[in-house]
Amino acid sequence: MADISADTTANNNLNAQMEPGLRPSLPPPTLETGAVGWLRHNLFSSWVNAILTVLALYILYLIIPPFLAWAVFDATWTVPPLAAGVEDHPPQFADCRANAGACWIFVEARLPQFVYGFYTAEQRWRVDIVFLILAVSIFGLLSERIKRKKELAIFFFAIFPILAFWLLYGGLGLEVVETRLWGGFMLTLILSGIGIVFSLPLGVLLALGRRSDLPVVHMLCVVMIEFVRGVPLITILFMANVMLPFFLPPGVEFNVLLRVLLGVTIFAAAYMAEVVRGGLQALPKGQYEGAMAMGLGYWQMMRLIILPQALRIAIPGIVNNFISLTQDTTLVAIVGLYDFLNIVRAGSRDTNWLGTEIEGYVFCALVYWIFCFAMSRYSMHLERKLHTGHKKR
Amino acid sequence: MAQALNQGAAQAIPAASDQPMIQLSAVNKWYGQFHVLKDIDLTVYTGERIVVCGPSGSGKSTMIRCINRLEEHQKGKIVVDGVELTHDLKKIEQVRREVGMVFQHFNLFPHLTVLENLTLAPIWVRKMPKKDAEEVAMTYLKRVKIPEQASKYPGQLSGGQQQRVAIARSLCMNPKVMLFDEPTSALDPEMIKEVLDVMIGLAETGMTMICVTHEMGFARTVANRVIFMDRGEIIEQNDPEEFFKNPKSERTKLFLSQILHH
Repeated sequence: MADISADTTANNNLNAQMEPGLRPSLPPPTLETGAVGWLRHNLFSSWVNAILTVLALYILYLIIPPFLAWAVFDATWTVPPLAAGVEDHPPQFADCRANAGACWIFVEARLPQFVYGFYTAEQRWRVDIVFLILAVSIFGLLSERIKRKKELAIFFFAIFPILAFWLLYGGLGLEVVETRLWGGFMLTLILSGIGIVFSLPLGVLLALGRRSDLPVVHMLCVVMIEFVRGVPLITILFMANVMLPFFLPPGVEFNVLLRVLLGVTIFAAAYMAEVVRGGLQALPKGQYEGAMAMGLGYWQMMRLIILPQALRIAIPGIVNNFISLTQDTTLVAIVGLYDFLNIVRAGSRDTNWLGTEIEGYVFCALVYWIFCFAMSRYSMHLERKLHTGHKKR
Repeated sequence: MAQALNQGAAQAIPAASDQPMIQLSAVNKWYGQFHVLKDIDLTVYTGERIVVCGPSGSGKSTMIRCINRLEEHQKGKIVVDGVELTHDLKKIEQVRREVGMVFQHFNLFPHLTVLENLTLAPIWVRKMPKKDAEEVAMTYLKRVKIPEQASKYPGQLSGGQQQRVAIARSLCMNPKVMLFDEPTSALDPEMIKEVLDVMIGLAETGMTMICVTHEMGFARTVANRVIFMDRGEIIEQNDPEEFFKNPKSERTKLFLSQILHH
């Protein structure tokens, strides 16, 4: 401490001796920087903060070691060798009895079903191809090193959906796999993927409509948004499932999956509309005037000037909606679809696997978390990238 | 008439013609119950440079914003370059293509670079090829003396630089008229001159200009007519020398004494 104050005095003297206008810029006092400085600032800045730090460390000590013991050290990772006198059998919960921890062979044994649902086993390569194309295109669209974004986007949004549908459903030379057989992670991905891709543009249109000067368009959008937001998703799913057939002419069958997709997308779009409207309202009127004064038409103005800025402002809210949409897809279990969570639950109710519910839920939580966290991180990256305030590109 | 009015202007600045470019006849506008513009009659000739001044709330900004229909007038007639402004969107956009506007707060597009700000309208509205648009944009950036800032974003420039970019952006559309709505009011004092210099340079090219401003030095140098507005009416108009030396109405005298003695 003494050193530092001496240091400071020396600096002051230095400044005092200089002529005005010639004073040099000096580094900040050393106590403020480095690891010790960080600890002092963030963990022990006051005695309340210090107590909270200690308490938090204690709680972590209570939670983490037992969890690690259960999940890693005492867990069963592979099927143990057959004991003498035991008949050969498929893996089951009994194989895990020897260890106190988690029974991960449940996840291992059931993984194909968790991923593909009841999709015909011999045809699962088709799903793999769709997964592969999806992963590669998403990487291509998001990575900054890959050029030709326009072509990629056209492929991804126009060609890929048709290709994916053909591969997944079949027809034209491929064996048809009915949608009621679809399930597991694949179904969750389809539901949230289509929900995300369609809810954003639909939400943007609803938001623009709500701000429209045309009374009919305005009213329609307000009614639509407020109706959907006022009703729980479960209700919408029930309605899509039970009520929609009443409105259709007799004989017209509407696929359950399609009905659910419609319900999820419309639900997400209504919320998206309000998030986008928030972004639109944050833009100063001058941006509209600047665009109009140069003779841009309404759609040009929206596409080139207003929406790029409004959507950037709305990124946190938009991604928030994407994440909650992904998680809301678990509600389709209620109308009898076996999405990822539901199929894992069903798996742990199998008589061979009774007692593996916790393993199932932890595994599910981990998978959902990875996907949602990835979205959240990407959105933060995007926000930084699109910030044009004070730095060079 | 235009010739006679031009005596006070600098030598280099060309005289106005007698071709009317903008005609406002008996224009009225209300904001709710509030009568902002009362029977405005104004004819602006091609090549004429008009400075509009008056106390705040006098309707001067509203008047020039009516000329490119950022505000709608409720009574009377506005004709710009032979096109009457009505509810017809096609005609409104036709007028806006020919009328450039510079705003108090610049209204540059912060998500686009300076160059993209300049080329946007030529590309999308005039359907100009990108390369040509960039060439034109660089010409005008040189004219406002900041070609080196082309790849920066507006948020990285000073206020004066931003306003010069805004002027260049309007010029890229090759407009027949330029409207200025208090272009220097939001600037720090040391940046006002660089913007006024650009505007004087523009006047020397013979551009038709209507400028709402309180920069009376600029009015003296450039304008061939100064208009004084108060409470929604045009109170007085004259060539700058007469206007400043012998203001006729009491309100003009009061206004001038207030702004010139500060």
